[in-house]
Amino acid sequence: MLRRTIDILGDFFVFTGQTFYWMTRGVTHRKNWRLLTPQLYEVGYKSLPVIMITGAFVGMVIAVQAVEQFRAIGMEERMGSIVNLSVVRELGPVLAGIMLAGRIGGALTAELGTMNVTEQIDALRSMGVNPIRYLVAPRVLACFFLTPALTLFADFTGAMGGWFVSVILEGIAPGPYWDYTQQAVTTFDLYSGIIKSFFFGAALGLISCYSGFYCKPGAEGVGRACTAAFVTSFIVILALDFMLAQVLQDIQTAFFGFQSLL
Amino acid sequence: MRVAKKTDNRPLIELRNVSKRFGALQVLDGVDLSLRRGETTVVIGESGTGKSVLLKHIIGLLRPDSGEIWFDGQRIDTLNEQSLVPIRRRMGFLFQMAALFDSMTVGENVGFPLTEHSGLKPAQIDEIVAEKMKMVGLTGLQDRTPGQISGGQKKRVALARAIALDPEVVFYDEPTTGLDPVRADVINEMILKLKRELQVTGIVVTHDMVSAFKVGDRIVMLNKGRIIADAVPDWFRTCDDPRVRRFVDGRADKEDLRALEVG
Repeated sequence: MLRRTIDILGDFFVFTGQTFYWMTRGVTHRKNWRLLTPQLYEVGYKSLPVIMITGAFVGMVIAVQAVEQFRAIGMEERMGSIVNLSVVRELGPVLAGIMLAGRIGGALTAELGTMNVTEQIDALRSMGVNPIRYLVAPRVLACFFLTPALTLFADFTGAMGGWFVSVILEGIAPGPYWDYTQQAVTTFDLYSGIIKSFFFGAALGLISCYSGFYCKPGAEGVGRACTAAFVTSFIVILALDFMLAQVLQDIQTAFFGFQSLL
Repeated sequence: MRVAKKTDNRPLIELRNVSKRFGALQVLDGVDLSLRRGETTVVIGESGTGKSVLLKHIIGLLRPDSGEIWFDGQRIDTLNEQSLVPIRRRMGFLFQMAALFDSMTVGENVGFPLTEHSGLKPAQIDEIVAEKMKMVGLTGLQDRTPGQISGGQKKRVALARAIALDPEVVFYDEPTTGLDPVRADVINEMILKLKRELQVTGIVVTHDMVSAFKVGDRIVMLNKGRIIADAVPDWFRTCDDPRVRRFVDGRADKEDLRALEVG
């Protein structure tokens, strides 16, 4: 069991190394660009609606949960700080990442897995085409760059969702709501959410492609690979979030000092 | 470009004592085999005796646990993927399930090796694709997707793709499996045509004896990862080794029959 885990980790790191090699080579070779465009469309444009819906509900739910508590201590105008900070710094990036692990990760694993079991990956190699360059690098590259971009959209609709519940439904004055938001949410908070989502994008792209690339034969193999890829991406995203939250918090405190929200 | 000198008697492909194991299963067990230029060698044997594995070793999709593989005077089993590219460009591989890319049209599939390697303009590629499609008797199907054509047509498209770069060697992995006898014979004729017209060196893995006798200049039989017979097709018609006889005549052995009765 332990040996198997170490074997898989080793394979995964070799796979990651090769992918990064071809990602950097890919950018400088024009003939690789045409491989990237369809992936950008698939990962980015097609994920936009679900990502925006995810973001909006996240914002609305936080506002619903928070409003009673803030009202009880008579500070409901400070709602904006906690709602928008949670969205931008934590829940926007994490839930966008998890949403993408499901939507994009599942599709990538199923696609590459099917190609693997029908010998299409072997066919590529037999024709002297490196499948990591041809299939994996553009997909991981698309995930790497577009997860942060999509997270920005989730952040935006999240803020809108929070505003909708707080200001429109609960009748909190919009002026103070946004003033407190502006005080609480710094540029660093926005950046730290985006920095995290670069890691989430790379992780979900690599894990999903790896799972498809080395899946077991048959329809059952592909199905299992999809499940495993999603579960692994989910856990890795949460673990990365924990580690990055710690590191980014330390950096913020070191440079800007402690800031109280209330 | 292609140097298929008929007078050259050196083997084009040589396997020296090649062994391969998957887990507890010894798939290849010390295989020695050399293949001459311009000949079609048929590899027969029961399912699971390592026939496809043998092919995949020669094109570098699998690496031997021990032993050496030589192609045209160069040792290739130790080369990395990048160094294998020029070797693989001289080879074509027809996969058992055709392995067409289903995200591309038939024409794009056939043109794929050219798009990747030749540096030709799209119009020139289209021309070669049309020529190869004509060779396999499927003119005008370029715009279909692999999902829209039949199994036999897929194999022929895959063959057109395998010969797009005018390879010296073509590997056929069970080319007639799953086809009706007429379509199977179309594939056999195509293998003969490639040998005749392009002097292609062929390696055919099959358990279809009709096909083996028709296309083979030489037949090699694998059993449990070892070569148990290597001769001209006629020898197989008369040989009295029971393992060869059973396979060539397609008869179940006594133990299989006994198992059925008990069951």
